[in-house]
Amino acid sequence: MIAVYLLLGIPLAGMPLLALRGDRPEAGRLNSRLNGLALLASIWLAIDVLISGPELSTGQLLYIDSYNVYLVVLTAFVGLTTSLFSGPYMEHEREIGRVTARRLRLYYTMYQGFMLAMYLVLTTNNVGVMWVAMEGATLATVLLVSLYRTPESVEAAWKYFILCGVGIAQALFGTVLLYFAAEQKLGVGGDALLWTVLHGHAAELDPAILSLAFVFLLVGYGTKIGLVPLHQWLPDAHSEGPTPMSAILSGLLLNDALYAVVRCKMLVDGSLGTHLAGNLMMGFGLLSFLVAALFLHRQTDIKRLFSYSSIEHMGLMTFAFGVGSPWATFAALFHMTTHSLTKSAIFVTVGHAAQLAGTQRMDRIRGLILTQPTIGWGLLIGTIAIAGFPPFGVFASEFLVLVATMHDYPWLTPVLLLGIGLAFAGLFRHIQPMVYGDVPEGQKPIQANLAPVMVHLALVLWLGLSIPAFLGNWFNQATHLISGAWPQ
Amino acid sequence: MAITELTLYQQAILLLAGLIALTSFLMLGQSRLVRLVLIFALQGCLLAAATALAASVLDYPHLYISAALSFILKGLVIPILLQRLIHRMGLHRVMDTIDHPARVMMAGTALMVFSYYVSLPVVRHSTLVTLNAIAVSLAVVLLGMLLMITRRQAVAHVVGFMSIENGLFFAAVVATYGMPMVVELGVAFDVLVAAVVFGVFFFQIRSSIDSLNVDQLSKLSEVDR
Repeated sequence: MIAVYLLLGIPLAGMPLLALRGDRPEAGRLNSRLNGLALLASIWLAIDVLISGPELSTGQLLYIDSYNVYLVVLTAFVGLTTSLFSGPYMEHEREIGRVTARRLRLYYTMYQGFMLAMYLVLTTNNVGVMWVAMEGATLATVLLVSLYRTPESVEAAWKYFILCGVGIAQALFGTVLLYFAAEQKLGVGGDALLWTVLHGHAAELDPAILSLAFVFLLVGYGTKIGLVPLHQWLPDAHSEGPTPMSAILSGLLLNDALYAVVRCKMLVDGSLGTHLAGNLMMGFGLLSFLVAALFLHRQTDIKRLFSYSSIEHMGLMTFAFGVGSPWATFAALFHMTTHSLTKSAIFVTVGHAAQLAGTQRMDRIRGLILTQPTIGWGLLIGTIAIAGFPPFGVFASEFLVLVATMHDYPWLTPVLLLGIGLAFAGLFRHIQPMVYGDVPEGQKPIQANLAPVMVHLALVLWLGLSIPAFLGNWFNQATHLISGAWPQ
Repeated sequence: MAITELTLYQQAILLLAGLIALTSFLMLGQSRLVRLVLIFALQGCLLAAATALAASVLDYPHLYISAALSFILKGLVIPILLQRLIHRMGLHRVMDTIDHPARVMMAGTALMVFSYYVSLPVVRHSTLVTLNAIAVSLAVVLLGMLLMITRRQAVAHVVGFMSIENGLFFAAVVATYGMPMVVELGVAFDVLVAAVVFGVFFFQIRSSIDSLNVDQLSKLSEVDR
């Protein structure tokens, strides 16, 4: 249990530390070290859970099982690699005068604040605290979106704040309804919002209340997942904020919001005994998947392009969790991992490419491979991976989603295939001229740290070729937990 | 069930629920920002009163803390903060234009009916008070959204946002006798931080578009520029 407290304590201690020292040149390294320590704590926690099973803290406020522990490790890992990239990146932004010392302090403090909120969302056992932490994640990142203070970034941040704020308020209403249903059976007291207690008594809860509660929870947390039609904030926030922010928003925040929805689905399924929650998730997921795939074609800004790709993949995951069979759940968990590794790698590369070209407009980014081969190839390989080409992990997970869909809903398979094809075309029509193409005059290589990208892409490649036994075991256990059966 | 058969406490809660819904409608029709914030403060006080009443009658001492939090945050701190911002930004004479006020009011009424319609199956096993509480709080949430949709001033958006939170708190107090303390404190903390962040944003928005009319925040869109 000590590992959990360490995991939450490290970013908590990091916030005041970086608030004081965030403007020093070594702040980037300090940030990375804190994230490295958190990763170590998360691995310790994972080993703990692997050996001794689910853990409940004293006071029942924290709960770790095989479902959230693997997301904790993933969160810590992406947090670390992104912070490795963010150090030199923010230093470069300071040199060209886009951020001041004060804003740099804010940036690093909120980086740790965001990580804290993410860990709390994942590890808490209290559905209410989960909401508080989710709102905390918005509050931590909203000022970072407007870090550059351009009119566009202020607009993006305002939209992000208002949409996510109002959206997540719906989730609080859902939580109140959940508590209302639980109190009728369990009596007044603090226990009725604990996830373990709710899950244990799910069958006794009033189905009418729970189905209404789930609608609100799905809309609320769905805003943060970026489900269409609640996705408007996502491309704006991703494109106008600093690039490391885009990487952790896309790689972590969206995942953790989906995690929250799935936790709620587990409760509702236990109470209703019908497929209502799954059907809702399938509908929203499929809509997001198709709409985002179409919107990919219209983009002019490189970060907006990849944020639409994030919506598309989150839609696919929501859909797969909605299908709900063990295979589909396994595929969704797997896709969460591969998507978050690939997408954060892509955003890091995109950040470098934008610094290299001095713009985010795709029609002005040209000849990356000729100017700086590592960035050009990084972007190309990353795009190949995210578009779902073999042998990368995204292919494997998307293929699994397809197979699972074919088994339960064969008539939806062509729709999925159409979406995947559309997304592929949408990505490549933009990427090809950027990567190849003639070099514009005066474009020079920049100092780039592509080690995180390579590590991520190598991991995705590895996952595409074979899932390591311990990871497969994790996925199996989490699948069993969520869908109630082992994947055959 | 006739209303006279209810206990005095239940009648009082129903009255407060009605008043809270009324303040939401008042906000919807109020175009002066200073008065809008005043009505919002009134709503916060009504919420605090309902919470305190529940605490004393039903004997849940932890609700007193919740009532105090509501009163201090929603009734005093946030309205005062907003008033000061309005005066500092010279917005106290500005009239926010409301397009089609009559239609907005009609839409508000429709939302109220809709809230009752949604709440009915949920609370069929519960008392009249719970039904009204859930329906009114859902209506306050939806009316807050309608307020945000129909306004252009950033201040009005913040008031709408905060009044949504009021609706949620009211549901939590009357239907479930408050949330667990740790959640209650966490939510209050989030609301406070959100209020501060909103203040920061006012300055950022004003320095970027020279006013607080969020209609002018329209640079980012999917339409080709």
